[in-house]
Amino acid sequence: MTAIASTAGPIMAARGVTVGYGGRTVVADAELHIAAGERVALVGPNGAGKSSLLRALTGVLTPRVGEVDLRGQPVERVDRRTLARTVAVVPEVADLPFAMPVEEVVALGRLPHEPPLTGLRPADEAAIDGAIERVGITHLRGRDVRELSMGERQLVFIAVAVAQAAPILVLDEPTAHLDIRHQVDVMELLVELNERDGTTVIAVLHDLALAAHFFPRVVVLAAGRIVADGPPAQTLDAQRIREVFRVDPALVRLPLGAD
Amino acid sequence: MAAGALPRDLEVHGLAAWVRARPLVVGLAAAAILLLTLVLGVGLGSVRIGPTETIAVILSRTFGLDIGVTWTPATEAIVWELRLPRVLTAMLIGCGLAVAGATFQGLLRNPLADPYVLGTASGAAVGAAIAVLLPIQLVLVEFGLLHGLAFIGALGSAWLVFRLGGKGGAGGLTRLLLTGYAVGSVLAAVLTMAMYVSGVELRQIFSFLLGGLGGSSWLRLLVAAPLILASSLLIMTRGRSLDGMLLGDAAARHLGVDVGRERTILLALASMATAAAVAISGLIGFVGLVVPHVVRLLVGPAAHRVLPISAVAGAALLSAADLGARLVGDVPVGVVMALLGAPFFLVLLHRSRSGYEL
Repeated sequence: MTAIASTAGPIMAARGVTVGYGGRTVVADAELHIAAGERVALVGPNGAGKSSLLRALTGVLTPRVGEVDLRGQPVERVDRRTLARTVAVVPEVADLPFAMPVEEVVALGRLPHEPPLTGLRPADEAAIDGAIERVGITHLRGRDVRELSMGERQLVFIAVAVAQAAPILVLDEPTAHLDIRHQVDVMELLVELNERDGTTVIAVLHDLALAAHFFPRVVVLAAGRIVADGPPAQTLDAQRIREVFRVDPALVRLPLGAD
Repeated sequence: MAAGALPRDLEVHGLAAWVRARPLVVGLAAAAILLLTLVLGVGLGSVRIGPTETIAVILSRTFGLDIGVTWTPATEAIVWELRLPRVLTAMLIGCGLAVAGATFQGLLRNPLADPYVLGTASGAAVGAAIAVLLPIQLVLVEFGLLHGLAFIGALGSAWLVFRLGGKGGAGGLTRLLLTGYAVGSVLAAVLTMAMYVSGVELRQIFSFLLGGLGGSSWLRLLVAAPLILASSLLIMTRGRSLDGMLLGDAAARHLGVDVGRERTILLALASMATAAAVAISGLIGFVGLVVPHVVRLLVGPAAHRVLPISAVAGAALLSAADLGARLVGDVPVGVVMALLGAPFFLVLLHRSRSGYEL
């Protein structure tokens, strides 16, 4: 395992990041510093640049301008295995070409840790079992992932990232296919991973209520720019919901008073 | 769903689950069948040679071991010079094609992929046809122009397809497959034209297309073996990358797999194994497509189980099919394999609906 951040600086930082595809700029001049142990939600309307910002943060997309640092080091200079041990990204729900039992898919989360030739060690097996249990999919063991519902598959792919056991966990709409009970379960899991294990959690969320209730820091993106960054009581006030999401704030009942 | 799941799970956790939990059993069973086809393949033919004599000759020639059985020089010649090289060649080709097929299916995330997806078959056939049609007859100790050009044609088309279609990115796999199809079509047209103008040489081109092990010899075996075995072993050392890529390129990257590099290396190794196999035996189908599927059905999709067991099972299947082909009067081995293998595969597909599906 890699050591916890040695410097006091942010564990992950986007410094003046501009991202674009072809002639289009989708994220402009984003400045986002995330400290180790934080729990951050990224919200914003469709096409605001949330996923592109995540891609830049996880080293998939190289910014046109600016840079992304991982523990003070430019992310493009971190080698792949180290990057995979440091940042776990919940993969999007993919179609598998072959039948594959749930536990073997979750086992792939150990790829960056296990020795490439000898395969899984007892510690890896323990991490896989632990991930399956924490995500609450023990009852799905032995089932072919391809015959699960979208929601169940989403839980399996979350378990892959949990098994990866990286100090930073990144999720892009982890609750898109889940019913409300499982949405809350996943949020509680994220809180537990964050508070008990010290995992830094960064999640793109569509549901403002979940973001406001479970995340102490909410970053709002609109048209490629970060327009607000702070506790939900400040970043998700009625006026901003009206401006950014163009809906009547009364439609979005946020649990802000409770905090 | 707890109530509905129970009977189904019981069904799944029957024999299929028992086998899946014990990949070693499957591997040992395949190895036992492989040994059996070795002894039978060498023993059976127009002159029948008993298993003890067969084993005695093999042990004596390979290890200098004397187990107290006597045999005639003619027996020794049949076993050692004729049949053993042929049986071992069948095993080698079966192993190479099965491993290459499993690799292509995993890499391209496509169950329909076989060793020839990158246009290798047409490339090799065009090479062979050119060799047949050229007015020069160049034979260098058992290696004709045909073997050389078939090998070059196979590798060349794989290289071309990868250069034209292997850019990666979104939809990259589909582009690679379609490029393979397009390049293969051009080569197939060239091949058809060559066959059209070939006249009396048509039969020679045709026998390459059918594939066969009739021309096997120690020398050809010893030239192809290092290429096929080394490629297969190197593929096996990268099995976990292959597993990671089952989740898709983006997910594999986040799991630390250098997707572009691993894909290039694995495509190159699988193409090398295929080209070497095709060069000495012509186009043999079925093994490379079906063996990996049967193995996955038995032991699941993890590469560290699928690749070695496919290697052994592919070797056993092709040597058994070649034995059958010889016994019914030297019909092309591909014909026997498809006639007997395909119905078996259909039965397996039908039954697998209750357990793990393909």
